[in-house]
Amino acid sequence: MANINMSLQKNPMPTQTPKERASNFEEVALGYSEEVAINEAMRCLNCKNMPCVSSSPVKIHIPEFISKIKEGDFEAAYQIITKSSSLPAVCGRVCPQESQCESKCVRGVKGEPVGIGRLERFVADWHNTFCNEDPKPPKSNQHKVAIVGAGPSGLTCAGDLAKKGYDVTVYEALHTAGGVLVYGIPEFRLPKAIVKKEVETLEKLGVKLETNVVIGKTLTIDELFEMGFEAVFIGSGAGLPNFMGIPGESLKGVYSANEFLTRSNLMKAYVDAPSTPIMKGGNVAVVGGGNVAMDAARTALRLGADNVYIVYRRSMDEIPARKEEVEHAIEEGIDFRILTNPVEIIGYNNPDDKKDSKNGCVTALRCVKMELGEPDARGRRRPIEIPNSEFEIPVDTVIMSIGTSPNPLIKSTTEGLEVNKHGGIIVNEDGLTSRSAVYAGGDAVTGAATVISAMGAGKIAAQAIDEYLKNN
Amino acid sequence: MYRIIEKKILNQTVIQLLIEAPLVAKKAQSGQFIILRVDEEGERIPLTVAGTDPILGTVKIIYQVVGATTKKLSLLNEGDYLKDFVGPLGVPTHLEGLGKVCVVGGGVGCAIAMPVAEKLHSMGVDVTSIIGFRNRDLVILEEEFRACSDKLIIMTDDGSYGEHGNVTVPLKEMLDNGEKFDMIITIGPLVMMKYVVETARPFGVPVTVSMNPIMIDGTGMCGGCRLTLNVDGKKVTKFACVDGPDFNGYEVDFDEAFSRSGMYADFERHAYEETCNLYKKEVQ
Repeated sequence: MANINMSLQKNPMPTQTPKERASNFEEVALGYSEEVAINEAMRCLNCKNMPCVSSSPVKIHIPEFISKIKEGDFEAAYQIITKSSSLPAVCGRVCPQESQCESKCVRGVKGEPVGIGRLERFVADWHNTFCNEDPKPPKSNQHKVAIVGAGPSGLTCAGDLAKKGYDVTVYEALHTAGGVLVYGIPEFRLPKAIVKKEVETLEKLGVKLETNVVIGKTLTIDELFEMGFEAVFIGSGAGLPNFMGIPGESLKGVYSANEFLTRSNLMKAYVDAPSTPIMKGGNVAVVGGGNVAMDAARTALRLGADNVYIVYRRSMDEIPARKEEVEHAIEEGIDFRILTNPVEIIGYNNPDDKKDSKNGCVTALRCVKMELGEPDARGRRRPIEIPNSEFEIPVDTVIMSIGTSPNPLIKSTTEGLEVNKHGGIIVNEDGLTSRSAVYAGGDAVTGAATVISAMGAGKIAAQAIDEYLKNN
Repeated sequence: MYRIIEKKILNQTVIQLLIEAPLVAKKAQSGQFIILRVDEEGERIPLTVAGTDPILGTVKIIYQVVGATTKKLSLLNEGDYLKDFVGPLGVPTHLEGLGKVCVVGGGVGCAIAMPVAEKLHSMGVDVTSIIGFRNRDLVILEEEFRACSDKLIIMTDDGSYGEHGNVTVPLKEMLDNGEKFDMIITIGPLVMMKYVVETARPFGVPVTVSMNPIMIDGTGMCGGCRLTLNVDGKKVTKFACVDGPDFNGYEVDFDEAFSRSGMYADFERHAYEETCNLYKKEVQ
């Protein structure tokens, strides 16, 4: 291919300035223009062995769609992506491409890899803006499949099966489809209109969506089979938030990241005059160093906090959040208190007035300083407490972002469904559970993980369900 | 969308609705709850199921107008629709193996206590009901309780109806007189439930309380409804939405639950006033 762009760097992603975006909920990254997208596409060498495809969890035909961008045929590029991914506009925004498709890009050996994620996002946005043609539902094969949970794994599984002609119904416990894409990931990283559009696309493919149905409560897995479904995919997602077990975690002003983000995102507590309240302003400490912690911290900032701290017990080298998210957070002024571990949350107490409404509200986070010791079994250096290093950070809100445990509802009402010691559903390499014709994937299996790994699991299960129903 | 089939005003602030929700009606048992949203921008509020008709596919809910959302809900009429209605959530009240039970309800909590008493009665259990209200005008469900109770005692704070005093007065009297209950089930304001527990403590009668903390999803995702139990001297965090809403009354940290319930008091007061003002403007 002629005209290869030999620049060692990716085309930078245009963003709102940190100062500007720190006080609004508009999307931070603005997306490539057509010219920039073509220029970035020209960096792709179109390798024969396609290392990028093999490291893509949903096996998108990456060099193929990038070739179409080079030609300026953006709709053709979209059609290639959509064969493999049911949620391209979402993936292009929130997937950690740096550790997946882009990690194996040949251009990354000397310089930066091709901006595959940015190109995917460009193509999906271009399609959503300029193409009004509805996808045509394929010919029905008369087989009924039920999907539990309208999050990334469930929607992916639903989309793949619908494209093969299955009659798919997705049951969602909340009032809106999207799962973590609507309750967890904030508007400024993933606008909800984009999720809505992707869900509508699936509905046009024939996927039926039933909100306000809690599988395990409203209906059981066994009842789904009685209703005529021939296979079920469980993508019920992450469950109850973990807390540290330190004193003060029930004070007023202590949230799990799940609750804080759900209030802001799903329940729109960030708008003027919301119907769902949220504590805002003052000083906020977010405990944890993952992507969810970054989302919570940056949400608190946008809600008007004076100071937002990330309190993390290891160092910046171990922080598990995506580099891009950490960089954005630092640019916006989030204060990283690393090698710091909370030991107690302190609350207000007026001994003279038991009815003082400030009683029981958070006033400070007591922490200890940590240092890194020997590597643990996973090779991460273990944080060790430094004796007599206690200090307090004055805060009004504490957000615990230290992971979740799988949801107990389905397990407790489905006989024969085996779970591991953490409560995650046990599956084989095809996503099949211990129950015949019941498949599972995403956080319900792995515990808190990424959107793309959930999508990959939904895809594998869709393939396995197709094989199973074709042969039965 | 979920249609309001029937609306009944029980007293000046308490309203009963029959909602068309066939899947919930088929499944819900006493002690379980639902979550509803009035409209697209509305908040999610949990309400305990006060009864079901699985054949007609209706679910009965009884609520008190206390905040902005219940105010908005009170403005809807028969034939109107709720945006969202999901359930049944939580674990049903454990009623097996009981011979004689005292059901203690307070205020709008009686709406939740009533189906429990009904269920016990239908199981052949000897039911003593003590229901308390602030005054005569606030008394609800008297006939329903009478129909399912072997003994019914009505209490009012000001003595304007039934007996004068708190629900704990006759409870203590009965326990003092050697009355033996296998279980006391109490549903009402946190303070009342706390004192029912304290009244029963010297007699060692098991007490089940129904907790109603602030909640969002109600399915075990957000953790907002957490409460602390003291189990054998150890503090344990539980979630009302999936572990409850019923708990062993002796284990619940009521003071903490009370403090947490006031987390958004200022916000709620303001939102309620705003909603009332909007309503007044519309009326004008």
